[in-house]
Amino acid sequence: MDILSVSSGALYSAFVLYLIATLFFGATVRDKRTDKKQHTVSAKIAITLTIIGFAAQIVYFITRWFASGHAPVSNMFEFMTFLGMCTVFAFIIIYFYYKLSFLGLFALPISMIIIAYASMFPTDVAPLVPSLQSHWLYIHVTTVALGQGILFISFVAGLMYLIKEIDQTVKSKKTMWLEIVIYILFIFIGFIGITSAFGMMNYNATFEYPSGGETIKSEYKLPAIAGPNEGTLITENVMEPWFETPNWLQGQDAGRKFNTVIWSLITGTILFVIVRLIIRKRVGAAIQPLFKNVKADLLDEIGYRSVTIGFPVFTLGGLIFAAIWAQIAWGRFWGWDPKEVWALVTWFFYAAYLHLRLSRGWHGEKSAWLAVIGFGIIMFNLIVVNLVLAGLHSYA
Amino acid sequence: MKEIKCECGHVNPVGTVLCEACGRPIEGNQHLDGNNEKRLLNMRYDGTARRSQTYNKSIIDKIWSFFSSVKVGVWLIVLALVASMVGTIFPQEVYIPANAPSRDPAVYYEDQYGIFGLIFYQLGFHNLYTSWWYLVIIALIGISLVICSLDRFVPLFKALRHQKAQKHISFLSRQRLYSETDVASNEEIETVKNNLKKQRYNIKEENGHILAEKGRFSRWGPYVNHIGLIIILVAAILRVTPFFYMEEYVWVREGQKPIVIPGTDGQYYIENKDFILETHSKDDKRFEAAIAEEGMIPSNFQTDIVIYQTSDKTVPGADAELDPILEGSVRMNDPAKFDKYTVYQSGYQLNEFTSMTFRIHETADTEEAALDTFTVDLTAPEAEYNLDSGFRVVVDKYYPDYYLDSNGIPASETNFPRNPAYVFLIYPPNSDTAEVSFVGIGRNIDATGENIYKLGIEDFEMHDVSGLTVKYDRSLPLFGIGAAIFMIGVIQGMYWQHRRIWIHPSENGILMAGHTNKNWFGIKKDIEKVIKGTNIKMVEDQQELDEK
Ligand code: HEM
Repeated sequence: MDILSVSSGALYSAFVLYLIATLFFGATVRDKRTDKKQHTVSAKIAITLTIIGFAAQIVYFITRWFASGHAPVSNMFEFMTFLGMCTVFAFIIIYFYYKLSFLGLFALPISMIIIAYASMFPTDVAPLVPSLQSHWLYIHVTTVALGQGILFISFVAGLMYLIKEIDQTVKSKKTMWLEIVIYILFIFIGFIGITSAFGMMNYNATFEYPSGGETIKSEYKLPAIAGPNEGTLITENVMEPWFETPNWLQGQDAGRKFNTVIWSLITGTILFVIVRLIIRKRVGAAIQPLFKNVKADLLDEIGYRSVTIGFPVFTLGGLIFAAIWAQIAWGRFWGWDPKEVWALVTWFFYAAYLHLRLSRGWHGEKSAWLAVIGFGIIMFNLIVVNLVLAGLHSYA
Repeated sequence: MKEIKCECGHVNPVGTVLCEACGRPIEGNQHLDGNNEKRLLNMRYDGTARRSQTYNKSIIDKIWSFFSSVKVGVWLIVLALVASMVGTIFPQEVYIPANAPSRDPAVYYEDQYGIFGLIFYQLGFHNLYTSWWYLVIIALIGISLVICSLDRFVPLFKALRHQKAQKHISFLSRQRLYSETDVASNEEIETVKNNLKKQRYNIKEENGHILAEKGRFSRWGPYVNHIGLIIILVAAILRVTPFFYMEEYVWVREGQKPIVIPGTDGQYYIENKDFILETHSKDDKRFEAAIAEEGMIPSNFQTDIVIYQTSDKTVPGADAELDPILEGSVRMNDPAKFDKYTVYQSGYQLNEFTSMTFRIHETADTEEAALDTFTVDLTAPEAEYNLDSGFRVVVDKYYPDYYLDSNGIPASETNFPRNPAYVFLIYPPNSDTAEVSFVGIGRNIDATGENIYKLGIEDFEMHDVSGLTVKYDRSLPLFGIGAAIFMIGVIQGMYWQHRRIWIHPSENGILMAGHTNKNWFGIKKDIEKVIKGTNIKMVEDQQELDEK
């Protein structure tokens, strides 16, 4: 059998295992009130499945490495997949320390969203351009991903803290913001759903558009609501675009990416509205009762702990190793490239978080909000900076 | 200046919050750490007297207090963070693409991004990271770092060094982790002590009072990491001076005579033997799909270079005598080094013309038989060519990189022979009247349409040009040391915690209290293990109770 299909099979299995594990983690919730023993059994099954899933993902990683001849962290698909894997890894470690099975109910879906998001990018094995041909590529990228994966756990804990602690009996700014955060997660799910749906139909519409004196082709995998700037549709019998992508959106294939964003927003919103119509209250309010037996203090502690562990790893990978590599490749260890600046912003942000934690007022809820914002900053760097602000790193 | 005498008899410096000896809260100073009416003590810096909290009279006191405040520090960090973000909205000046219609920032930003671009430019965000106000924020962070660290480190260090095992009951009972055990036997206390040792706690005993402590060194983590940061800031300042940093960019043509390397005081020369651009093979099964999708993907940029040093024997004024000192290749991710300099592969230009050979023939001759030929050496084009057959060719105009500008007038886009074009004046043998001929790649225009002679391109030679960055950066070791110290400090402060457990004998039993600077879960686990097999009560987390 072809080694690459082994690799993608392993990744797929990992995904499915995480999904089943999430269900078992879910079972630990309901059992809590009824049967303590059953509860520990399902927790055990859940974590075992998680570990097997993680092992499957390692198989994916190694076989893909073997097939391509370089560590699979060199494009958007490979990086995001690895990031999802690191999040699972961080979760496993934290689980064995704190034994809080609830965490899995949120940590695994977040990892799954990341992995699913990854698979929306081209998955072909691509050779390395000269600037990427360095061992520092692996060292830098893997460390960054590990640091970010650990920091994501603080987001998971923070989000759970907010869902648990925010008073849902009255409508307030807090409930609104929490609902917005949840809504954004829905948009991601919408993105994955709609892209997979049209992917299965093999939808394709090709455009031509001018860019810097040349004519470039752009292949849309979703029906074009927004066509490329000054583009012309060359595929026949597909939907005509409703309008053009504004020209201030920069970078390769800006139109296609913008179109995807529009689709994700639409699908996510529809999903969200349907869920709200069914449950007839805020999603946050609907989940809140699940957390009755979790100690808020412990969630706060886990959130903080993940930052204290993740911050040094992120600093090492995202700033120090990155600088060493840039020095070797380009002769400058720091170039104020947008991606670099956003790594610095992330670093400043978590430094501020740590300093604020030093005073008592910033424990608990405020700190949980910060963890959510931190996650937002990292995701911004991975998504918006790659898609909108073109730079050295936008390999997607 | 009044010192404060505690009930226990210890004399504390002004501004102390918790007595240095017994830990009793000092009346009248509790507001300094926000301890008012709180059940739990604020244990930051162990209640020591800090300069910033104590003196607030002179201007120096005020500045000191200002910069030592974490609040101010965080504001500075947030300010730097927000400014950095804004700077990424549009590309920085150095990243304006080479093929932009105008690279002049005054034009470019407005042209590309409209009114927001104009504002971006006018506010100086196009060069944000070297602008004075960005550097001022960074410098203020540096000052703040130094002052806040000194403000806390000195008193904290002294306090922890001289701490006593015996603490007042009010100190223990107001710790976050606390329990009272009414009856505890000596054996039980002994067991606890042994267990503490097994957990690698250091034990200090005074009159039956026990202080078990571990990981104190982690308290110095922040100060160590701040020192690292300060070193990095100093390195960044030094890097501005030419002693520490030099960078030049040089274009070197294949086959060109060695040229002097800028920035080396004429000491070194460089020659480009060959520039190599390789691409990944289309036939590689693994990458077929990706290459089909994206087109050719380069696999190697490389320049084979020779570096020469001017010899001592060189006579001033004469051409330099050169000794080769390095022959090797520079590749992306694999720079070459000589003396204190490093050479990086940074750019390239393929296919510049080295020379062009032209043939003169009669316009009417369909065979285009050559009457004569001449060669223009583009590295040193001559103004006039006198040929053996009697023809005289004058170069009237030369466009190294020909294009028609927006008014339809011929012009040269760059000074490099990438697309050479000429206006030649051809004087036939024994004639003083010239024919005008415009010749370029794929172009041959006869302005009058009556030319008897015509020029054709017979042959040409091409070369590649390699863009190399030559630099030295003596600040690198300093950055390295700063970064290493920073990492040591953060790891020290984050991966270890300072845990303390106090045991205070009461009438028949003991009081137990615990404190850690982080990871309360961990110290609770420790205490659970320590009291295993005894009847000593597990500590309760009073903060948790507070919240309920
Ligand atoms: C980008 C700049 C900075 C970075 C990356 C940084 C990093 C850190 C880190 C990682 C810690 C340890 C936190 C912890 O253990 O939870 C720390 C502690 C601390 N930092 Fe900074 N810091 C920075 C700037 C500042 C500034 C400007 C101040 C000035 C007010 C400051 C004051 C402090 C203080 C007071 C502590 C706590 C020390 C202790 O309680 O033991 N830091 N810093």
